[in-house]
Amino acid sequence: MTDLLSPAEWEALALSLRVAVVSMLGCLPVALALAFLLARFRFPGKALVDGLIHLPLVVPPVVVGYLLLVLLGRKGVVGAWLYDVFGISIAFTWKGAAVAAAVMALPLAVRAMRLAIESVDRGLEDAAKTLGAQPLKVFATVTMPLISPGILVGALLAFARALGEFGATITFVSNIPGETQTIPLALYAQIQTPGGEAAAARLAAISIAVALIAMIASEYMARRIRRSIGGTE
Amino acid sequence: MIELRARKHFPSFAIDAEIVIEPEESGIVALFGKSGCGKTSIINMIAGLLRPDAGKVAIDGRVLFDSAAGVDIPPYRRDVGYVFQDARLFPHMTVKSNLLYGAGRQSETRFDLGQITDLLDIGHLLTRRPGELSGGEKQRVSIGRTILSNPRILLMDEPLASLDGARKAEILPFIQRLRDELGLPIIYVSHSIEEVVRLADVMVLIDDGRVAASGDVGDITSRLDLYPLTGRYEAGSVLAATVKDQDADYGLTVLDTPGGDIRVPQLSLPPGQSLRLRIRARDVALAIERPTGTSFQNILSGTVREIGERIHTRSDAAADAMVEVSVDIGAPLRVRITRKSLDELGLRTGSLVYALIKAVAIDKHTLGRGAGSEHAARYS
Repeated sequence: MTDLLSPAEWEALALSLRVAVVSMLGCLPVALALAFLLARFRFPGKALVDGLIHLPLVVPPVVVGYLLLVLLGRKGVVGAWLYDVFGISIAFTWKGAAVAAAVMALPLAVRAMRLAIESVDRGLEDAAKTLGAQPLKVFATVTMPLISPGILVGALLAFARALGEFGATITFVSNIPGETQTIPLALYAQIQTPGGEAAAARLAAISIAVALIAMIASEYMARRIRRSIGGTE
Repeated sequence: MIELRARKHFPSFAIDAEIVIEPEESGIVALFGKSGCGKTSIINMIAGLLRPDAGKVAIDGRVLFDSAAGVDIPPYRRDVGYVFQDARLFPHMTVKSNLLYGAGRQSETRFDLGQITDLLDIGHLLTRRPGELSGGEKQRVSIGRTILSNPRILLMDEPLASLDGARKAEILPFIQRLRDELGLPIIYVSHSIEEVVRLADVMVLIDDGRVAASGDVGDITSRLDLYPLTGRYEAGSVLAATVKDQDADYGLTVLDTPGGDIRVPQLSLPPGQSLRLRIRARDVALAIERPTGTSFQNILSGTVREIGERIHTRSDAAADAMVEVSVDIGAPLRVRITRKSLDELGLRTGSLVYALIKAVAIDKHTLGRGAGSEHAARYS
């Protein structure tokens, strides 16, 4: 099994999974909060917030990477402060790769969750309130279970987007083997290298396999959730 | 006592209602009106789901909303039970979890699960999911869930409106049992006069966001001036009656009413049982002499109390041909006759008349619980 891939390729796979999982976990709560904000509240500047969230979907990823570098780089506006106060630097580290992937995944996750929240029957929440449930209980016992399929879809989209992230990552954290070289970056490097065709093919195959497994697993989970909330569905 | 004084403006509609009612310990107060008249908005304000622009809401002296004093108790602290038209069961929970969702919000629980599942006959559904229930079963579970949350008052928003005829007939007896067995005041929203007559003692008539009239169901349904609101097609009167005798030979039951005996197709009820009956205005004819040689079984004498206005606003000639007359037979009785008959008989207020009621015109379906002696006494 271990002979199938070179140590460097195993490293790229492990790094890719770590970056994707961390970015997905980081992205989910932020996306959920933003999805709620957009689905349930009206406030001045809503269109601007909506537009900013969707920006990574429409601008070239390199632009996002560049902006991250300007903001979060060691000498960036926020990055310099982070370094001075906490001694943290995320540029050119795997954490930076996770941040880049999370930013790129955010609009997809927000869209999926917003749709789910908007499709919740507010009447059920009203019913819960008249039965004596406080807002937090309503959220935990009614809203959350009903939007859980949407959260799962959002999570899968975020995970898949993070696995495939290339442009923003290579711009923000560069292509450092063992630190920021995820599968797409390794694949790119192999293609640039004479004689790297076989390795490139293997990396491509890994990408496809990981994506398929993630999709099948999420479909299985979604079906279980739907069965538990939908009754006859 | 339920007190509501509320104003609320919507883009195309406004509510300006004042309702002060004292429901009996176990009585039903009906909020009756056409679709879109503001009935549901009014109970939403009682439940706290809709905030009035200004006004006050109080139940038994407990202020739930008061714009002047800045009081607005959130719905989850109002102890107001709400049965919605569309049941609103939580789809991801079993029937049992639904039933117990609001249980124990007060320390003392007045009802337990077994008692309520028996009352509503839903014990066999406990492990099912709402998606597997019929419309009628859903509504029964929804009613049970609301009662188990220990409310001080029960609001029901057209609980039968989304059900077909057979399902309605399935639920009605359960609502009657709630009224008779739970000792919980109920506010029942409906646009069906049949339901109101069958269930309620007191009704509040809502029209275009305002209270058009309120009072005893029998009084309101027999008032001719309210007739455009209580309904032309369904115009009729409610009589309090008790079972007097059975005529087994002819398969008839004799009922004692304030206007005298009325014979109806046999009812399997014991003598002395009180009930209410509804007589549609179009099922009554008038005569100025006691007719002989007629198939009419029920002939009651009375005097003309009120003659309805001619409806000039309508260009509908057919509608203009009919007129409503209220006859005092010991209780008000609405009668619908042609204007031609009115003139030919020379009827005036105070004229002595005989009301001819077809035995079959008394709809068995509307034989509800007795209105009680105090209502009957008020008519005489």
